[in-house]
Amino acid sequence: MPDAGELELSRRDLLIGGAASAAVTAVPAAEAQTMPLVTEDQPSMMAVSFEVNGRAQQLELDTRTTLLDALREHLHLTGSKKGCDHGQCGACTVIVDGRRINSCLSLAVMHQGDRITTIEGLGTPDKLHPMQAAFVKHDGYQCGYCTPGQICSAVAVLDEIKAGIPSHVTQDLDGKPQASNLEVRERMSGNICRCGAYSNIAEAIAEVAAGRKKA
Amino acid sequence: MKPFTYERVNSPGQAAQAAARTPGSKFIAGGTNLLDLMKLQIEAPRHLIDVNDLGLDKIEKTGDGGLRIGALVSNTDLAADKRVRKDYAVLSRALLAGASGQLRNKATTAGNLLQRTRCPYFYDTNQPCNKRSPGSGCAAIGGYSRQLAVIGSSDACIATHPSDMAVAMRVLDATVETVNPAGATRGIPIAQFHRLPGDTPHLDTVLGRGELITAVTLPKPIGGQHFYHKTRDRASYAFALVSVAAVIQKDGSGRVAIGGVAHKPWRVEAAEANMKQGAKAVTGTLLAGARPTQDNSFKLPLVERTLASVMHEARG
Ligand SMILES: Cc1cc2nc3c(=O)[nH]c(=O)nc-3n(C[C@H](O)[C@H](O)[C@H](O)COP(=O)(O)OP(=O)(O)OC[C@H]3O[C@@H](n4cnc5c(N)ncnc54)[C@H](O)[C@@H]3O)c2cc1C
Ligand code: SF4
Repeated sequence: MPDAGELELSRRDLLIGGAASAAVTAVPAAEAQTMPLVTEDQPSMMAVSFEVNGRAQQLELDTRTTLLDALREHLHLTGSKKGCDHGQCGACTVIVDGRRINSCLSLAVMHQGDRITTIEGLGTPDKLHPMQAAFVKHDGYQCGYCTPGQICSAVAVLDEIKAGIPSHVTQDLDGKPQASNLEVRERMSGNICRCGAYSNIAEAIAEVAAGRKKA
Repeated sequence: MKPFTYERVNSPGQAAQAAARTPGSKFIAGGTNLLDLMKLQIEAPRHLIDVNDLGLDKIEKTGDGGLRIGALVSNTDLAADKRVRKDYAVLSRALLAGASGQLRNKATTAGNLLQRTRCPYFYDTNQPCNKRSPGSGCAAIGGYSRQLAVIGSSDACIATHPSDMAVAMRVLDATVETVNPAGATRGIPIAQFHRLPGDTPHLDTVLGRGELITAVTLPKPIGGQHFYHKTRDRASYAFALVSVAAVIQKDGSGRVAIGGVAHKPWRVEAAEANMKQGAKAVTGTLLAGARPTQDNSFKLPLVERTLASVMHEARG
């Protein structure tokens, strides 16, 4: 891979890059197009392919694009939300190869070949995922902004408990963790809800966990 | 973020060489600390070397009965590993006390060791900070220093190292294994891995340019009861004000390292001779020479009390 200085970009790439980096460099897009881009600020474009909600996707992206921005701005899957953009709030939580992550703190180009599930891939308005249905039933939200991240996180939390992954509140590290209220609250601490719907969120998750136990 | 080029490499040697070849490059593992800092332009690498495909994601037994943890093992996988849970529980506990489930899924062993300070002035690019911008001064000294160091600090920097994992590794006498661009490997005892700030606080560790962490090894298990008590502003998902990692044996002897107090995990082996005399006797030696600020002098009694609660629990 050549250094930024050696990169040969087509004029089209430069135009795309100029517009895309306008927000970052605070140069108005129109001006950026007529200005020769200085080497230092030249964006680097790269192809990446991954699967999102069961569909193969191929994108040509500025390497700076986070997975969250690729999903929202390029694939128009706007369910995943941008809250803090620094991994502190959990609104951007998606599931990658079975594990929940903060999509804002991950580069899209680092997900070559990965399988990504967003809130749009969990269920549909006609056929809700059990966790989605439980959030509706228990009013697990008020404004709803954090909800897609909460639900993706909650689905993965139950899988983590099932897989025997311990948490900070697991008393016996050698035992099998249970989906108790305490465990669920600790494991969901990476998802902040400014409306404070926490107790209803915990109830929704408890219902799904109990259903799963019976099954 | 500043623009950067990106490459994937397939072997540790290749990674180290790529770093030496490309000025302004950085390795990227989970990205949870580096990308955070790149968004704020506190870090602005011109080239990223993705080290996720180096095959360093395994945990294996070593010849002498210890454990070799690949640099790319995720914090989740390390905390959940059966051998770690059984024989090195302090490490599982420390990892699980850190960050969130989402972050631990991405965060790696090497990345965790190399995460940068959470000093609020390091994060605020409008403020002088010797760590971010050498020679610019330190806004924390005389500023808001509640979270910052009480011991081992200097007149140039009073930052702490924020890792929970590293504190447990210090109490377990871990060794950090590396390879440099020339292909030379070395094992760095964790006690010497992180630096004190001195007058070069921009250097967090003793790693050389392009030196790649390949693994962290743990010596064979030492038995005892394992504890990691983290005292923080909220019950979960917050950095430590102080933390205590301890391994305590039946006869009351043991080891202690503390987090949240210094530029590195803090352990003074001589203090451990006083374990049977109680927490005060230990912290008297452990924290001798402390230089807290007015804002954070509360950390000294907090360390003693957190250790006392650990010792109380150990006695059952
Ligand atoms: C909101 C939030 C809360 C957090 N809370 C906590 C907490 O309570 N406790 C805690 O301990 N941590 C906490 N963290 C920090 C988290 O643990 C670190 O971000 C994480 O461990 C970094 O690992 P990574 O693999 O993502 O590193 P990266 O971001 O990929 O890399 C970090 C650094 O390590 C270098 N690097 C990576 N791999 C190697 C290698 N193999 N060899 C040489 N250099 C390498 C990179 O170049 C970079 O400089 C928190 C983070 C966030 C965002
Ligand atoms: S304490 Fe260290 S990191 Fe914080 S402002 Fe001072 S020099 Fe920077």
